[in-house]
Amino acid sequence: MSDLIQIAQQTILSPVGLAEQDLDRMLGELTGKGVDAADLYFQSSRLESWVLEDGIIKEGAHNIEQGAGIRVISGEKTGFAYSDELQLPTLLEAARAARAITRSGAEQSVRISGVPITRQLYAAINPLPTLNEVEKVELLRQLDQEARNQDPRVKEVIVSLVAAHDVVLVAAIDGTLCADVRPLVRLNVHVIAEQGSRREQGSSGGGARESLDYFVQQGRGLGYAREAVRQAMVNLEAVDAPAGSMPVVLGPGWPGVLLHEAVGHGLEGDFNRKGTSAFSGRIGEQVAAGCCTVVDDGTLPGRRGSLTMDDEGTPGQNTVLIENGILKGYMQDKHNASLMKVDSTGNGRRESYAHLPMPRMTNTYMLPGKHDPAEIIGSVDRGLYAVNFGGGQVDITSGRFVFSASEAYLIEKGKVTRPVKGATLIGNGPESMTRVSMVGDDLKLDAGVGVCGKEGQSVPVGVGQPTLKLDELIVGGTEQ
Amino acid sequence: MAQRKAELQQLIEDLLAEARRQGATAAEAAVSSNAGLTLTVRLGETETIEHTRDNGLGVTVYFGHRKGSASTSDLSPQAIKETVEAACNFARYTSEDPCSGLAEAELMATETPDLDLYHPWHQSVDEAIELAIRCEDAARDFDPRIFNSEGASLNSHDGLHVYGNTHGFVGGYPSSRHSLSCAVVGKQDGSMQRDYWYTLSRQSERLESPEEVGRRAAERTVARLNARQLPTQQAPVLFQADVAVGLLRSFIGAIRGSALYRKASFLLDHLERPVFPAFVTIHEEPHLPMGLASAAYDNEGVATRSREFVRRGVLESYVLDSYAARKLGMQTTGNAGGVRNLRISSGELDREGLLGKMDRGLLVTELMGQGVNMVTGDYSRGAAGFWVEGGEIAYPVEEITIAGNMRDMMMGLLEVGSDRETRCSVQTGSWLIERMMIAGE
Repeated sequence: MSDLIQIAQQTILSPVGLAEQDLDRMLGELTGKGVDAADLYFQSSRLESWVLEDGIIKEGAHNIEQGAGIRVISGEKTGFAYSDELQLPTLLEAARAARAITRSGAEQSVRISGVPITRQLYAAINPLPTLNEVEKVELLRQLDQEARNQDPRVKEVIVSLVAAHDVVLVAAIDGTLCADVRPLVRLNVHVIAEQGSRREQGSSGGGARESLDYFVQQGRGLGYAREAVRQAMVNLEAVDAPAGSMPVVLGPGWPGVLLHEAVGHGLEGDFNRKGTSAFSGRIGEQVAAGCCTVVDDGTLPGRRGSLTMDDEGTPGQNTVLIENGILKGYMQDKHNASLMKVDSTGNGRRESYAHLPMPRMTNTYMLPGKHDPAEIIGSVDRGLYAVNFGGGQVDITSGRFVFSASEAYLIEKGKVTRPVKGATLIGNGPESMTRVSMVGDDLKLDAGVGVCGKEGQSVPVGVGQPTLKLDELIVGGTEQ
Repeated sequence: MAQRKAELQQLIEDLLAEARRQGATAAEAAVSSNAGLTLTVRLGETETIEHTRDNGLGVTVYFGHRKGSASTSDLSPQAIKETVEAACNFARYTSEDPCSGLAEAELMATETPDLDLYHPWHQSVDEAIELAIRCEDAARDFDPRIFNSEGASLNSHDGLHVYGNTHGFVGGYPSSRHSLSCAVVGKQDGSMQRDYWYTLSRQSERLESPEEVGRRAAERTVARLNARQLPTQQAPVLFQADVAVGLLRSFIGAIRGSALYRKASFLLDHLERPVFPAFVTIHEEPHLPMGLASAAYDNEGVATRSREFVRRGVLESYVLDSYAARKLGMQTTGNAGGVRNLRISSGELDREGLLGKMDRGLLVTELMGQGVNMVTGDYSRGAAGFWVEGGEIAYPVEEITIAGNMRDMMMGLLEVGSDRETRCSVQTGSWLIERMMIAGE
């Protein structure tokens, strides 16, 4: 899409007096003997956030971030420098610093050309002004009121709204020249409810690569407010969670964080190239039960984890990671792909120009199976039904992963009975996935709230899954 | 540095004047400028060399009791002007909040002692690579079961931070921070484990030697090989000093003003009540020379001073900035931006002594996941470590969880070790806790 390139040039390069021939000159500085790949990443971001607390609009903030990252690759070596000053002399200095990784070679000329991006997954809009200030304030107040109207036990409500407009331009010595305009909006409602001396919290929200109108449409925002209160009310009734190994049924949607931790990170190309993942060297092997097919899909229109192109200019793709339990492939960026002699899967992502790209997930989910969710719950004599989660973490080398339930219930004799307090669940990725015994027909994706952290870099991601049952997982409660 | 500091101070003063010109009744701003080198070697070869250079500026304006904020990484005059305008624009739409505003003028720091925070490391990239290679080599040569590596990383960063507000306070100081870390992978009977070690200081001469860092990374990795699970049971738990830091941080989170006025703390209404056994005192020392969190004033310009948050087990003070203080009808404790060099009192026993005292139970050396509910204090986290029998390590364990409630864990603290973790601004020795629920097979 040449108009994306045009937007990026107008947003980032023109204001600082840079033109396409300056990019050629910088890339020329980066080429030569010993250089296998090199790229320039220009970024201009505007972010706006609003917070309502105590019934008043407490915070409003605006953030500008712009700069360029310059990367040079030689074999397994990477040189990297960046600058938030977009002036040619500063950028050339950064280019020479990054280039020092190879220590040899002379300047050559590079002529960049465009790589066509065939499918735009979101509109090239700036979401910040898609509601005016008065409308934003009104939206926050409505949600506060909606939450308080649900139940008199609601004591505190915090509503936060974030809109980001991110324009990026990638130019590389392999001829890549492409750009993306990435809108991202996020709304969250957090409540604290009180009953006697007991206090509990509930939280709900959503987001997408859309305009802010997304939260007004279909009453989405009001829905988050009601959902946050519902969760807090459930938690007020929760009893201590059980401790020990037992069958666990995970609800559809956000509990897909299981897949993100148990298999997703372990299938990122860098860990597998280095042989440090519990999944290293296992392509073609059975790593999950036959009912499990897991994909990483960056091509879903408008979703939080989707990418028209990744941060190296590769279009977002739908990659099959596990098919009917068999490990099919890893997620790759250009560098790891070339070292492993495969193609990039469009998973090269970075938090910003000031960070190096690496293989990262987009939207990771499990395809639906054949079971009715009620049938799955009905099959459990005593176990846990977990429908909402906080974050998770994984040690990709041993395969151990955790994720923390924030809304869960006991299953007794095939029926969902009492709510239990939040508890951490722990398992081992390759082992736990072989214990998936039933997969529901109710695939759901999360509401657009995921943030993934890796080596200090955060990127927005999505997860999803149908209802599924693991025959055995350790539940970290307090009741034996 | 002195010239850069003068430039940034001028920038802050100009910006505050611009905010005034745009109608703000008060304003405050902070700017930081950092530069450094991050490099990684892996399997004896250079893997990445990153030259980092970060600028950041944040401004908050007040129109009476309405507030607006904005920040930028671009310090060009145009971006700064846009930033001040954005902040002023927000202040037109935020609500009147009687508690908002600058900290009281009479609390501003008047003296800025030299806290010895700036020790640049004058080394070439080649010398830095050499150090990292020595570190990784020491780890890889430690044991034949170490078969792979995530590499050794060296970080060296210098920064300058300047803060000013319309009370006329402007302060700035340079600082440095250097670290060396190593992570290696071991294998035995087909299963892999990784672990790491790091050293961190404001002065490069105070770092542990590269060989020591590598050796400890390898030692920790090898010790974890052939880990087993445990049966579900209740048992005493010893949190090794480096993970006990997280417990102390959770406690601090619960006495932070922002959590208290939102009623989002498990220590609501606990002031002047016992929260730990009587042997515990928790002390803050903001002026510690070379301290990792030392500062003469906080993020609002308020003079910092040493303070006891817990004395003989009793909660004596919350952790407050001026906003939270006004919300709670108290006075700021000079903790805008957090606590600065916190220490818990410790006993005579080191880790080995505490293992003996525990006799039989779980030594936790790694925690996974978030798992701490700050509203209720409910605690449930993934853990790995060692099972202890007869006061000695019997075997490594993994894939278990430990659970309890922070309030019970704090009151059930039997002893704090003398093996103080010094690589954090929040420092503690190991914590021996009477009893927790362990979930396993």
